[in-house]
Amino acid sequence: MLLSKKDRIFDAIVIGILFIVLLIVLYPLYFVVIASVSEPISVISGKVFFKPVKFNLEAYRRVFQYKLVMKGYRNTLLYTVAGTSLNLVMTVLAAYPLSRRRLHGKMFFTGMMMVTMFFSGGLIPTYIMIRNLQLLDTFWVMILPSAVSVWNVMLTRSFFISGVPYELEEAARVDGASHITTLVRIILPVSKAILAVMVVFYAAAHWNNYFSGLIYLSTESKYPLQLVLRAILIMNQMKEDMIIDVGDTYSRQMLAETLKYALIVVASVPLLILYPFVQRYFVHGVMIGSVKG
Amino acid sequence: MTGKANPLKPRSHFSKLFMDIWTDRQLYYMLIPVIAYFVIFHYLPMYGIQIAFKDFSIRKGFARSPWVGFKHFQAFFKSYYFGRVIGNTFFISLYSLAAGFPAPIILALLMNEVRSNWYRRTVQTVTYAPYFISMVVLCAMVTQFLSPNAGIVNKVLNLLGRDSIYFLGRSDMFYSVYVWSGVWQGTGWSSIIYMAALTSIDPQLHEAAVMDGASRLQRIWHINIPGILPTAIILLIMNCGSILSVGFEKIFLLQNDLNRSSSEVISTLVYQQGLIQNNYSYSAAVGLFNSVINCTMLVIVNTIARKSGETSLW
Repeated sequence: MLLSKKDRIFDAIVIGILFIVLLIVLYPLYFVVIASVSEPISVISGKVFFKPVKFNLEAYRRVFQYKLVMKGYRNTLLYTVAGTSLNLVMTVLAAYPLSRRRLHGKMFFTGMMMVTMFFSGGLIPTYIMIRNLQLLDTFWVMILPSAVSVWNVMLTRSFFISGVPYELEEAARVDGASHITTLVRIILPVSKAILAVMVVFYAAAHWNNYFSGLIYLSTESKYPLQLVLRAILIMNQMKEDMIIDVGDTYSRQMLAETLKYALIVVASVPLLILYPFVQRYFVHGVMIGSVKG
Repeated sequence: MTGKANPLKPRSHFSKLFMDIWTDRQLYYMLIPVIAYFVIFHYLPMYGIQIAFKDFSIRKGFARSPWVGFKHFQAFFKSYYFGRVIGNTFFISLYSLAAGFPAPIILALLMNEVRSNWYRRTVQTVTYAPYFISMVVLCAMVTQFLSPNAGIVNKVLNLLGRDSIYFLGRSDMFYSVYVWSGVWQGTGWSSIIYMAALTSIDPQLHEAAVMDGASRLQRIWHINIPGILPTAIILLIMNCGSILSVGFEKIFLLQNDLNRSSSEVISTLVYQQGLIQNNYSYSAAVGLFNSVINCTMLVIVNTIARKSGETSLW
């Protein structure tokens, strides 16, 4: 394609601006990584800017030895796997009937869900209800109250409507297939894209959730990773056993700094390597979701 | 289906309805757990809102706690912090909207102009990344970077010959720290919906405009921007519906005693009063006040949008 000079200048400006955007987004992340593998004193005295100084993995070694962090990691893994599984089942159970033309009361069911997007009981009434259900400080409180996201149901429903040819399911009906057979044999196999997106959305929500833990959990051994992180990173409560063997107080404070960066990396890496695999479905999923069904 | 019933035989309408439901009973079975979830975790708490008008105590329960009318609302309106909390909430919301609403639109328009698929994919992958970082980690990064003695931002200031600034300890800086860290985290992700809107613009419009000799800027202005306008309006309406709700999670993490005069908002007040001091009824009243304002704003803005154009939520 032949480009005019004006076009080429325009392209250069666009690419240039986006390059600056890339730098702004990437640099803080990059800095966290290089700070985590640098010598603590160089980080504190401001010598680390573009590359690691005196590369070492001491901070990571200590993070992986820290019991509270590892326990939090395990808890979060459990909450994420169990929670996401429940989310997927519930989302499909909601989205499939709502995507069928012959469902009666579709408006009522949809309305009932949508209302909760704009109006809720609020923090305290919800808390009291959870308390009355005796869910406080249990495993279930981390997964049941967020069992379905209305927004995700709507996205999935739209995919079931427009992503699956109506003829396909009519053919299944004529063959005498029940709804459950149609769902499991026909719909789900061709909906892997939206299901993958849902897994990432829900898993990210569970992995990053600290609020439920903060208000509903009181036993430390049940804390999710994010609550442990909050104590260490935000409230500066670093348990002594993490750095007790380090000589003097000064070196301990030094090491605490790089430890924080290493913790940030360890806590964020799982999601950051997961999402690019389903990234190409994001725009597609939103587009389908915006088609009114 | 139901509409096709023969008016001469009204009873067949109902029997057909029941037949339909019976044939498709599996559909309704599937909905049972979903309905149960919404009733238990969303509608029962709504029933619990009544405690805002009662002197609720855990021991007496919902039903037997005495009614007190608008007592808690009046106490909130008369409290010394009422003006400050409302002011902070409004200001942070509006500031976030002013900075965070146009940013993803501009990013999407720019990405849409990139000819190289590889470069566009790279920009997308990178700008989505911060969305997957947890709030705790984001706030930890903010705290670390802005730390007065070891933070990299202050190191750069020092190199430039300026004194260190304790950003999070200054109430006048709090708003900007909160808003711009949010822009950093959310812009890429929010641009997805505009990218989707841009891909659904009819390419023939662009072809015709090129024939007429329109420049790239003119095409962005006259084709792409009008193309994503309905999406933008919908999102704006939804944002206005939450004008008085600044999310709890981030504020709570960035809050400290030094910046409290600008960081105390309704959601942190609800948490503080309700779960720390156990003033359940008072806290519920503040929360309800918040919800009512939000719903009212949503309705007002939606009405304005509907009257002035074609795009509205309902």
